[in-house]
Amino acid sequence: MTTQRSSPFDTALRQGAVAGGVAVLLSLMGMVEAFSERDIVLGAISMGMLLIVGIMVIFGSSAARALPENRAGVRLGASALAGVVGEMFLVGLVILGQQTNLRGVFPNASPVLWELLRFGLSAPVAYLAMLGFGAGCGVLGGGLALLSQRFRGPVIVGVMAVVMIGLLEDLIGITIASNPLFATSPAVETANQFFLAQGVESGLTEAGAVVVFLVASTLAYLWPSLRSGARSRTQVLPAGRRAILPLVIYGVFVAFLLILPNFLGPYLTDVSNLVMIFTLMALGLNIVVGFAGLLDLGYVAFFAIGAYTMGVLTTTAVGGEAGQIVWGPGFSFWVALPFAVLLSLLAGVLLGIPVLRMRGDYLAIVTLGFGEIVRILALSDALKSNVGGSQGIVEPAVPSLGRLTAALPSQHVYYYLLLACVALVIFIAIRLRDSRQGRSWMAVREDEDVAQAVGVRLVSTKLLAFAAGAAMAGLAGAVFASKVGSIYPHSFDLLKSINVLAIVIVGGMGSIPGVILGALVLFGLPEILREFSEYRYFVFGALLVAMMLTRPEGLWPSSKRKQELHEGFGPEADPPPEGVAAPSGAGSA
Amino acid sequence: MRRFFERYDLVDVIMWLIAAAILTAALIGSVKTLQSAKYSNNAWVDLTVSGLTQGSIYALIALGYTMVYGVLRMINFAHSEVFMGGAFIGYFASTWMSASGFMNENPILGLIIVFLVAALTSVAIAVLLERIAYRPLRRAPRLVPLITAIGASLFLQYMFRGLFGSQVRSYPPMPRLEGAITLPGGAEIDYAQILVIVAAALMMLVLYLFVQRTRAGRALRAVSEDKDVAALMGIDVDATIVRTFVIGGAFAGMAGVLYALVYRQVTYYMGFVPGIKAFTAAVLGGIGNIPGAMLGGLTLGVTESVGTILFLDGYGIPAPYQLKDGIAFVVLVLILILRPSGLLGERLARAKA
Repeated sequence: MTTQRSSPFDTALRQGAVAGGVAVLLSLMGMVEAFSERDIVLGAISMGMLLIVGIMVIFGSSAARALPENRAGVRLGASALAGVVGEMFLVGLVILGQQTNLRGVFPNASPVLWELLRFGLSAPVAYLAMLGFGAGCGVLGGGLALLSQRFRGPVIVGVMAVVMIGLLEDLIGITIASNPLFATSPAVETANQFFLAQGVESGLTEAGAVVVFLVASTLAYLWPSLRSGARSRTQVLPAGRRAILPLVIYGVFVAFLLILPNFLGPYLTDVSNLVMIFTLMALGLNIVVGFAGLLDLGYVAFFAIGAYTMGVLTTTAVGGEAGQIVWGPGFSFWVALPFAVLLSLLAGVLLGIPVLRMRGDYLAIVTLGFGEIVRILALSDALKSNVGGSQGIVEPAVPSLGRLTAALPSQHVYYYLLLACVALVIFIAIRLRDSRQGRSWMAVREDEDVAQAVGVRLVSTKLLAFAAGAAMAGLAGAVFASKVGSIYPHSFDLLKSINVLAIVIVGGMGSIPGVILGALVLFGLPEILREFSEYRYFVFGALLVAMMLTRPEGLWPSSKRKQELHEGFGPEADPPPEGVAAPSGAGSA
Repeated sequence: MRRFFERYDLVDVIMWLIAAAILTAALIGSVKTLQSAKYSNNAWVDLTVSGLTQGSIYALIALGYTMVYGVLRMINFAHSEVFMGGAFIGYFASTWMSASGFMNENPILGLIIVFLVAALTSVAIAVLLERIAYRPLRRAPRLVPLITAIGASLFLQYMFRGLFGSQVRSYPPMPRLEGAITLPGGAEIDYAQILVIVAAALMMLVLYLFVQRTRAGRALRAVSEDKDVAALMGIDVDATIVRTFVIGGAFAGMAGVLYALVYRQVTYYMGFVPGIKAFTAAVLGGIGNIPGAMLGGLTLGVTESVGTILFLDGYGIPAPYQLKDGIAFVVLVLILILRPSGLLGERLARAKA
């Protein structure tokens, strides 16, 4: 990149302009206004404000980072200038917005937004305050960039902790209050009042924010020494005891997962059920995309087939009256479940055959076509009598195990069912990954021709990947149908496929823990932060691009995939001379 | 079982069987539909004309896909959003001019301005896309730019939704474009449809001449043949790639306006279906092949419009037009099975590229 040689002034202007552009965009999209409802620190910082702060800090710090190492003053000055330039855009937007009515074009350009951007101040003071605010944020970012790695990490962790706890404050509060174990304890009560702003407002109290920040950053600062301390202590244990240690850790973890719904309360349990359904799908897609490298954009089709199989086989609303399907055997959940999985698996093989010979882009678009065909068929009048058309299928069976499930609330039944499914699927995925089959998949992913040359059977390898992925999606679909209680075609559009793809990509292609993390972050968070869900796909799109540009291996990469993706190319690297180019590079034709 | 699948010929046989089954079903359906004589000749003419209109728009979008595929060997998934962006901003230009009365006084100049605004918007989106999202990834493994393109598509779509709202916005009426001419048989063709077909044909002619006759066009062809050799011959590869995005973007933007003139509305998700269809058209014609994209677009448009009724109505399927989008995907799969090179193209689908 050319940023190395440009003057500090140019760098600052450029970073500031981009910051301003992003800030104006997010403001006009209504994000600032929508997020301002939620306070992170009570009465001081809202999430909307944090958005602006975040942008200015990030571009301020990148202005500082783009400059030579030795001149701290110049670098800080550039960061401040970047922040000021960024805020100038917002000042311009506010002035323009107050002069003319932009609402015909931009529905979100409301007076409330201008008020927010002006910090509620009146005209001339407000603009100065905005510019000063930008400078402050820029310097903050620049300072962060100047800090040594040793301190920067803990500071960032501390801020993240404050933001996360501030965001989730109302949920934490409700969860604690609704739990009989905690609700009556006076100590919890006091802690609650110290940290959390209860009642109408949301967010941490100021004192609470400071404490959270200090605790989190201290922990992060001490983390390396804590970890090596723990490691050296386990080293001196006798071999037999050391072998037990991981088992103990796993045991505690499993026990924690088993009692978790008792602490979460109904709403959060429901959210975790949804997250687990997406985890199931993502684990399946991870086999197809992450292991075998086959980009399947019609993955939702198998989810749909699982759901519809469950619906048709178990629904009791049969009879061909208006809005009802003609035929259905009325099986129980447990009888229908294997059928759903089997049928999806079969569909995976069937849809796999025509695309065996296609690669990359073609595969993506044809599988996308399959996904759409399944949805269009489900929606059409042509199959209305079989799958209900746009009216869908209602009342699929619920999983019941006699007295065992009767005692539990329904969210808990699905929680344990899904937990078992996820555990099973993770087990299968790990076994597959480490088997000969898994190595074949990875060989195909790296280079199909070479894989074939060394004796990998392409047909069975690819079909097995499709089948395994499809079966997992079918399982997820069947449980989803039963959990939601109705099956409509609109649940199975392309966006579902993209959602799952985003989970796999952001988490880390081919990495099983990464996929679970991805599902938690991309699905858990937007479910909990309602304002955020409006902008979910916008953020997903940005995340996908940013991920591919900066960290194609994902948040929690698998080691092999990381190697592969960093082989011979990097976003900053100059294109390597021909012949040294990445072996699987796109430029060879 | 493994051995069974291992024999590649068998896969071919299965694929041919699938294709043969689909084609036979289509043939039987056609015969049945024609025998039932439910549709008059005029109805068929109407369907054909609307198919050609639709197909012209597909062809214009398909050009963007095909040209980018030619130079970068990737599907620009976000191209459908380039199309949508043009239509959207064109809508604002058009409403603004209609409100001020300019459109009524100078309909032709007004329309040209709308086209220009739309084309400029789309060009800007396309060029930014290339610069920010695609250029850093030119040497990356194939999957990486593809996922970037999907992300960019999602980003642009929801950016427009956030900026301009999720409601459907109706294009202002264009008095000059209302009405129709009546053919001797009694079938009618709308002025808007004529405009679309003629404008698309003109644009494609200009593009064809540009690519075949000018120096820049020759550079473009050289880059899509082999980037490295083209660079050795003194061609600025980066500039040529940007130029490709500019042309593709301009065509998509103008296609957006044409689309909006026929369907009279814009939404943030309007790009998805035409985008996928246009891609199908590009594959149908032979990806990387410019005349192929034009031919593929028209063929797909007519197949979709006429074929849906022709193939399916005979089976007594209720509301066959609902399956229209499915037909396009079936055509795509059939083409990839039977002739992956497309109607006019070389054999690229299997090539590693």
